[in-house]
Amino acid sequence: MITKRIIPCLDVKNGRVVKGVNFLNLADVSSPVSLAKYYSENGADELVFYDITASAEGRALFTDVLREVASTIFIPLTVGGGINTVEDFDRVLKCGADKVSVNSGAIRNPKLIEEAAKKYGDQCVVISADVRRVDGVFRVFAKGGRENTGMEAIEWIRRCVGMGAGEVVLNSMDTDGVKQGFDLEMLDAVCRVVKVPVIASGGAGCIDDFTKLFKTLPGVDAGLAASIFHFGEVAIKDLKQELRNNGINVRL
Amino acid sequence: MIAVVDYGVGNLFSLRSSLETIGADVIVTGDADELRRADKIILPGVGAFEDAAAKLRESGLDEVLRAEAAAGKPIMGICLGMQMLFEKSLEYGEHKGLGLIRGTVRPIADVIPGDLKIPHIGWNALHFGAEKHGLFRYLQEGDCVYFVHSYYAADCEESVIATAEYGAELTAAVANGNVCGCQFHPEKSGDVGLNILRAFCEGGF
Repeated sequence: MITKRIIPCLDVKNGRVVKGVNFLNLADVSSPVSLAKYYSENGADELVFYDITASAEGRALFTDVLREVASTIFIPLTVGGGINTVEDFDRVLKCGADKVSVNSGAIRNPKLIEEAAKKYGDQCVVISADVRRVDGVFRVFAKGGRENTGMEAIEWIRRCVGMGAGEVVLNSMDTDGVKQGFDLEMLDAVCRVVKVPVIASGGAGCIDDFTKLFKTLPGVDAGLAASIFHFGEVAIKDLKQELRNNGINVRL
Repeated sequence: MIAVVDYGVGNLFSLRSSLETIGADVIVTGDADELRRADKIILPGVGAFEDAAAKLRESGLDEVLRAEAAAGKPIMGICLGMQMLFEKSLEYGEHKGLGLIRGTVRPIADVIPGDLKIPHIGWNALHFGAEKHGLFRYLQEGDCVYFVHSYYAADCEESVIATAEYGAELTAAVANGNVCGCQFHPEKSGDVGLNILRAFCEGGF
């Protein structure tokens, strides 16, 4: 049976990993290539790279880095950040990305999902949604969580999948950074309306949070996290062993 | 020299890089003479069957591949490239494949329970049955590889060399003499995948 995936997420700015990575015995802890290699050798099932660069020079550096990662590491790579057009899809796919995640770009122009899915296949298009409760309603936020779009989140995600998004990354802004566990209520609401893989993001603080995630919500396919992996609070190998001990199917 | 067939279908970056990583001498080409000169051929593919089959036909590479297969050259199909090796596919209609392996490509939806997601996407374990094919000489039973597909090869029992369990036993790899294929992506399956490519490049089975 298909395994549950564990996915570290790396934020890249001007070709370097940011958000402080301070645990590894790596010569260069902010090199996307050495970090990607480390994770790939230590049990990551997939890697997500977010390009948080704003400048054209930064974009060029990002694609250089991506090309280098993709020629050294042979697990699926998802790229997000600054994806606004089909040309952006083309740019990162040519450098070795397997999937492309869209967020603000799809909010501005929902047709982007349709066009990209038609050209590259549904499996290539990931809708990433930043969601927060506002007066008890799940709302989609744009621009890295700074702007409330006013759209109801579950309906938005359902619509994106209907247009061809082949995977959903649900980032709960309510649990993100709190480290008290994933947002099971929000994830459950999404799992009920889509039949594509759902990736949980936001809130992981310890191994038990992942066990609880997969035990409570069998419809969730993967868990994504950044800092707990980067800071060595959770080693992916230990995490996957513990998941297996709890009867959850993982790749060891 | 390993030739990767470039017929305008899918992204060949990772496949080329993974072959280079294991030290293979790789050429990515759509040129018939270069395919004829190569020691081995890999037929990749991502996307829709009809479109890919049409591209192979229009380029005339379908005849080259049939001739090279008949001459005994090792050929490996990957993902849609594997599906193209079969007689036909039922993906949106009925379309002819290369006919190098007996069988039909059918929708996974026909054989798996309705609550399972389609495509079959992610890491899944390989099962080899009683005899392990040479392509898997460096693998262990249960090793995981990365799948992304909505259709699978059926009616090809005599050629199946590996299966994966996803609500049904799905064909994961096939071989018929010098022609073989993987439904999964060895170039995205970490060291396990590299070891499959290594075994193919070394040959001897």
